[in-house]
Order: sequence, then structure tokens, then C-alpha cells
Amino acid sequence: MNMISETRQKSLLYLENVSVSFDGFKALNSLSFVVEPGELRAIIGPNGAGKTTMMDIITGKTRPDTGTVLFEDTIDLTKKDEADIAQLGIGRKFQKPTVFESHTVWDNLELALNRSRGVFATLFYTLSPEDKARIGEILETIRLTHRSQEYAANLSHGQKQWLEIGMLLAQEPKLLLVDEPVAGMTDAETAETAVLLKEIAKTRSVVVVEHDMGFIRELGVKVTCLAEGSVLAEGSIDFVSNDPKVIENYLGR
Amino acid sequence: MISGFVFRALEGRIVTAVGIILAIGILVPALNLLTPADSALHIPTYVMSLFGKYLCYALLALALDLVWGYCGILSLGHGAFFALGGYAMGMYLMRQIGPRGVYGNPILPDFMVFLNYKELPWFWHGFDWFIFAMAMVIVVPGLLAFIFGWFAFRSRVNGVYLSIITQAMTYALLLAFFRNDMGFGGNNGLTDFKDILGFSVQADGTRAVLFFMSALMLSLCLILASAIVRSKFGKVLVGVRDAESRVRFLGFRVENIKLFTFVVSAMMAGIAGALFVPQVGIINPGEFAPANSIEVVVWTAVGGRGTLIGPIIGAILVNGGKSFFTGAFPEIWLFALGGLFIAVTLFLPKGIVGTIQHGFKARKALKAAADAEKGRGDATTVAQAQAAE
Ligand SMILES: Nc1ncnc2c1ncn2[C@@H]1O[C@H](COP(=O)(O)OP(=O)(O)O)[C@@H](O)[C@H]1O
Ligand SMILES: [Mg+2]
Repeated sequence: MNMISETRQKSLLYLENVSVSFDGFKALNSLSFVVEPGELRAIIGPNGAGKTTMMDIITGKTRPDTGTVLFEDTIDLTKKDEADIAQLGIGRKFQKPTVFESHTVWDNLELALNRSRGVFATLFYTLSPEDKARIGEILETIRLTHRSQEYAANLSHGQKQWLEIGMLLAQEPKLLLVDEPVAGMTDAETAETAVLLKEIAKTRSVVVVEHDMGFIRELGVKVTCLAEGSVLAEGSIDFVSNDPKVIENYLGR
Repeated sequence: MISGFVFRALEGRIVTAVGIILAIGILVPALNLLTPADSALHIPTYVMSLFGKYLCYALLALALDLVWGYCGILSLGHGAFFALGGYAMGMYLMRQIGPRGVYGNPILPDFMVFLNYKELPWFWHGFDWFIFAMAMVIVVPGLLAFIFGWFAFRSRVNGVYLSIITQAMTYALLLAFFRNDMGFGGNNGLTDFKDILGFSVQADGTRAVLFFMSALMLSLCLILASAIVRSKFGKVLVGVRDAESRVRFLGFRVENIKLFTFVVSAMMAGIAGALFVPQVGIINPGEFAPANSIEVVVWTAVGGRGTLIGPIIGAILVNGGKSFFTGAFPEIWLFALGGLFIAVTLFLPKGIVGTIQHGFKARKALKAAADAEKGRGDATTVAQAQAAE
């Protein structure tokens, strides 16, 4: 008995047999996928494999046709919308960096801060010393302290990516979904982003979608390879990259 | 909390603008009432009422800017909220006529007697009471905006589709109010007003007070709008405009944010309509015309959307131009308006005020950069200057 309860660990995110099609095209095909609390997981796969679609389903943007999506083993995410899911503690970084360009870096973080988000709460909100300190901390983490009063529109591409990650940190999520964070980054920025994500993953679960194999290697975590809407292989980077199916479908291309 | 909300609103430029508006609100009536008719300084009553009308339009444009300039909702139906506020005021004014109508009926307005109404329709009850009528001035537009917004924002109708249904909304109301059996005077609307709170609507003194009230309400709404856009809520609003999905994935309920703003804006438009009606002396279904709502968009674009002062200046300038053109060359006004809109869109996409502010910030940035080069500026001023560009 004891053995069983120990091996059956509580999952943070649990997807089982999730399928969704767009106009008859199966973007996800019986996808099953589990993330444990505190885990940092990398997802690879060719373009069109369904990686972004999977994130859409987890965050309530897209409803699956069939399948189970559970958060913390009990909460059915298919019944909730984006705002609910964000408030449950799932943060999401888009593939294309999405920050509020006409606000300063500081204001971007202030908006993202995990405080009451109601109409009247935000109308009468005043920045408390704790909130200031928290924003200061995040600015340090994302290496943007010196640009806090800058409009986000003026940041470099890499800095926008970091700002968006910072906004997700401000949200204090339990699970962070990060879609292609190093696309378009310089090598130095890529290396720094790997450090940043590992740092972040110390206190929460993170799922990173990425094409850059060097980056994945740097992360050094369990890898899931998706293709045509389902899992092709899962395991260490060496295990996955030696899998013949993965070589044929993805690496070999 | 509340004091912080109001305090934030009173940022320098807003205080100046409110000061100017209130000064005009006092000065114009004073020059009308206190100077003899042959004095060079005298402002005739018809001019005062014309300016009063511009102030109402300015408030309408401010209301539109709150949803369009800050939240990205291009409403092409704000004329409907303005007209509804106007009708609420018109109904009060009709009830004040009492037995002085042509038919001398103490209860029924003339048009009802003419149309063989036996008794006052239920929705006319209460409008003889000023406070009730003033409440309806904001409740009716607010309620329509709430119901409309509830469905539209919940079903995530966005962009051009939303603009089209707002336009359809005002058009539907236009058709409805044209009907005699709606009980709002049909085609002719409501007119021949006698008095308001016991004072003759024609009297110079009453006109002066109405003018002042227009300036006062414009000022108060400007302060409210400023408080809203400078709060954290206002920053979220701009976030919705620029990156709606980001706001959603941060956990905000975008539909509630839009709904609140749309309702507040509709109420402001209603107040503008209510002040408009006694100054022009009539409200008819023509105010619901889709073209009216589109004109408001032009004023706002000309003045500068996404700035608070811009729509006020835009409304006054364009309507001043309209008064001049329709007097001097009536046949070319619509072409002038269309040309103005195209010119502003092409050459001044930020509008007059937006362009001036932009130029101002850029100059400050240049200066800060120059200072920094001389080694006098510290890192933060440079950062701010760059941010301002
Ligand atoms: N909303 C949508 N409507 C239609 N097709 C979609 C939609 N979202 C994704 N797809 C399709 O689903 C497939 C998977 O896309 P996506 O999840 O973006 O792939 P990836 O992120 O792995 O590159 C693609 O072929 C894409 O065209
Ligand atoms: Mg993708």
C-alpha cells in the first residue's frame, strides 16, 4: 500500500488523450503529457507539431475536442477561461514577445503583479512599499533594473523576451509555459536566458518549448519530442536525440 | 485610496485645462449678462448658446476617447447615448410645459393630444420631477451600454465588427424614435420648451447658467477621465488596447474592464446630450443618425485620441469650422470634413494634441541627451529621455 502511494506522485499538470482539430486537420492527436511539481521540462518538435496549440489548450485559449486536462490533479482546465486559469497560477509567454509597448518596463511589471485584478481594486490601487520591493527584485532577476523607466517599445528583442518572463514572475505562477524564448536572441542572450530559466525553475514548474538544441542541452532536463500532435519520445536529451523516430521526423530534416 | 485616485487625476496639464474651461464657463456668461448690448465686449446670447453646444460636443468627444483612445473600442454609436440623455432632458422639459401647450392639456404634451393619446405612457411618469429626470440622463444611456456591452464583450466581438454593431444600434434607435407610436414625438421630436426648474429656457440668465453647467460638467468629467486613465485601471485599459490577449493571460477579466469603461463613457455622453437639448431647444430622432456618431470620431481623431485634452480641442475646432462653413459655403462642408479626416489620418495620425505632445517629449529627450553628452546628465535622465522619444 505504502509503496503504491509513494510511487503515485501528485502531478501539477496532467493531459490525457487530448485531441483537437481545426477544419478537419488534427493539430493534437491523443496527446498525453504530465508535469510534476517543481519540474523543468523542455519540449521540442518540428514546426506545426502542435506545441503552441498544446499551450493554447492548457491556458484556455482553445478548447480540446476530447481528452482530459487537469491542474493539480483536480481542477478541470477545459471548463475555465484564460483569466481563471491565469489566476489559478499558470503563466504563459507567447511565441512572439508580447509586452505593453506604450508602458514603461516598471508599469509592465506593476500590471502583472499578482494583486486583486477587479475593476475597482485596480481603480483605487496604490503602489505599496512591498510591491515596489517586489518589482525591484524582478527587475534584478530579468536584468532590466537600469531600464525600468524606459518604454517597453524601446527595448531590444531579447530584453522584451525577458520583460515578458519578468511579467510572468510577477504573476507568481505555479506553472510557467514558455514558448520559444530564445528565438531571435544572440548567443550571449540565449546563454543568459538558460541561466534565468533554471533560476526560475527552482521555485516553480516550467515548460519550455524550444527549437534551439544547444539551448536544450544547456538546460539539461527531461525532454519531450512532439510530432504531428502526439508524443514521439520522452527522456534525457541524449536518449531523445538518438531515437530513430525523432531523427527521422525532426532532427534529420 | 479615494484621495489617491483623485489626486492622481490632478496632474499639471489637467489642472490647467480645467482652469481654462471653468474660466470660460464664468467669463462668457459674465460678458453676456453684465455688459450692455452695444459694448464691444458683449457676447450675444445666441453666440453663448452656440459655444455651449460646443462644450457639450467636447464632452461627447471626451466620452468617446475614453473607450476609443484608451481602450481601443471604436464606437460608432456614441451619438445614441448622447441622444438618449437628450431625450431624458427633453421629457422633463416637455412635462414642465403643463397646460401652456397649444391644446392646453395639463398632462399630455401637444404631440400626444394630436396623436389621440388618452393617458401618459408609463415611461413618461416621473419625468416631471427634475431629480428623477437627471438620474435617467445617466441611467438610460448607462443601462443601454451595459446591456449592449455585456453581450458584445462577453462574446468577444472586436474591431470592425464591434464598430458595425454600434452603428447598427444607433440606426435601430433612429428608426424606433422616428415612429409616432414610440411615444417620443416621432419625427418632430420634443420641442417648444418653456422652462427648466421654473426659469424660462429662453432667458439670458438661464442660458448663462446652462453654459456654466456645460463647462462645469466638462471639467468634472475631465477630472474623472483623468483619474481613470492615470490609475492602474487606466494602464490596464491601454494594455487592452495594445495587447488584449496579454491582459487576459495575466488574469484580468477583459470583458469587465471594457464594460465598465463603456458604461462610464455612455453616461458622460448622456450628460452631454442633456445639457445640449435646453441650449438648442429641440431633440429629435436626427440625433441618432449614424453620421452624427461618425462625426464624433472625426473630432476626436483631429484633436488627438488617447489624449484627454485632444478630443475637447478637436470637438471645438471642428464644430467652430462647421458653423463657419455651413454659414459661408454650406455645400462644401461635408467635403471639408471628409478631407480633414483624411488629412489628419495621413499627416497627423496622433491628432493635433498628440502631435504637439510628441514633439514636446522629443525636444525634452534631445535636450537630456545633449546634457548627458556634456557629462551633466545622470543615467536616469538619459533613460527617461530615451523613453520619451
Ligand atoms: N486556431 C487555429 N486554426 C487553424 N489551424 C490552427 C490553429 N492553431 C494551430 N493551427 C494549426 O495546427 C498546427 C499546429 O500548430 P502549432 O501548435 O502552432 O505548432 P508548433 O507551435 O508546434 O509549431 C499547425 O498546422 C497550425 O497551422
Ligand atoms: Mg509554435
